[in-house]
Amino acid sequence: MIYLLDPLIYLLIYGFLLTAIMGLIASWIDRKVTARVQYRVGPPLLQPLIDIIKLLGKETLIPEGASKITFLMAPIIGFSGVVLVSTILWINNIDPTKSFMGDLIVVLYLLVVPSISIIMGGFASRNPLASLGASREMKLIMGYELPFILAVLVPVIHTHSIRLGNIVSYQATNGIFIGSLSGFLAWIVVILCVQAKLALVPFDMPEAETEIVGGPLIEYSGSGLAVYRLMKNMMLFTLPFFVMILFMGGWKFEGIYSLTGLLKYIGVVAIITVIRNTNPRVRIDQAVKFFWGPMTIIAIIAVILAFLGK
Amino acid sequence: MSVKLKALLKSPWVFHLSTGSCNNCDIEILDCLTPRFDIERFGMLLASSIRHADVLLVTGSGNRKSMEIVKRLYEQMPKPGLVVAIGECAMSRGMFIHSYNCPVPIDKIIPVDVYIPGCPPKPEAIIAGVVKLIEKLNKRK
Repeated sequence: MIYLLDPLIYLLIYGFLLTAIMGLIASWIDRKVTARVQYRVGPPLLQPLIDIIKLLGKETLIPEGASKITFLMAPIIGFSGVVLVSTILWINNIDPTKSFMGDLIVVLYLLVVPSISIIMGGFASRNPLASLGASREMKLIMGYELPFILAVLVPVIHTHSIRLGNIVSYQATNGIFIGSLSGFLAWIVVILCVQAKLALVPFDMPEAETEIVGGPLIEYSGSGLAVYRLMKNMMLFTLPFFVMILFMGGWKFEGIYSLTGLLKYIGVVAIITVIRNTNPRVRIDQAVKFFWGPMTIIAIIAVILAFLGK
Repeated sequence: MSVKLKALLKSPWVFHLSTGSCNNCDIEILDCLTPRFDIERFGMLLASSIRHADVLLVTGSGNRKSMEIVKRLYEQMPKPGLVVAIGECAMSRGMFIHSYNCPVPIDKIIPVDVYIPGCPPKPEAIIAGVVKLIEKLNKRK
């Protein structure tokens, strides 16, 4: 019985509840910083939570001719992907011995699931703008996955391990990777790929509100939209957390270290928000060129430097 | 009051529809989003799709062609939803009251919850109107 209870606690308490709370706070920080950058006051602290409660209470409309099962399943698939990723990340920070070999690869695969769920939902909703947004999302995934995986290879080469727990413990003894040259280059690449994974400006063309009015989410209303919003908020926690584990030494829960972990996390979110607020949206072809050109080259340089031990 | 309604009043997302207005009211609505007025303080956002919206802001006198669209958009809005008529034209057709092209005012087509007079109304007036609507719903329970 106890063997069953332990993973369940990690899945529900850490993977879902704590991640959701942190994600909602992160989303509030994002909106507040955006408002302050524009000399506005901004929403109150509980606003993201109220939005989700409101959306859960609203009617769910299914567009005529849409594929009903896919349309309703897509948000849940993406949501479960995020919960699984964040569970693995939390376990690696709390008790690294409980994790398994190769969980880094599992995390890399599961991080694509939310994007795939958005593509599924967009195509299932039978709206031309949603299909356009979904196809852009697909091109964007093709663009950013290559430099992202190359950059993630840098910590793997340093530690000779594909276990996230080993990466965290290696950094605890040998210093964090962002301090080395290869680690710093890879960190820049990963931050920009995270920007694209979260579909934030300058890489928000899947959801460009001013041209394709919300993209794949255009036909979603009520609880479907609520699950998608919660998923996006949780991604805003999970991806910076992943970056922290890979390059910035993770989040230790002992004494003063838990506070520095929080500061690191807020710092990463603030960088993402500032990039978002100071850049215009690029076109999809420019984005793919950017990721396959400069970003891949920087990532390859970082990998070579990591092989040389720099 | 139910949690559902309470949450709705704290985060009303607005969708803005012009039924053939002269654009003055639309500009005043967009003024509400600017730093000086900043309706995001109250949790209001400008929704880009009617499926995400809770409040339908209608401006303009509503001619024969756009009335069908108004009706369809009202039906597409997920309920519970509210309707706000902004400007003289949306209230009583304004100077187009004798026009052949504007047979009925908007509130004969869809139920309107609050009317905001003015040609165009100031952003302060729009915010005050929405606050009065929220107070009314709060009292009704």
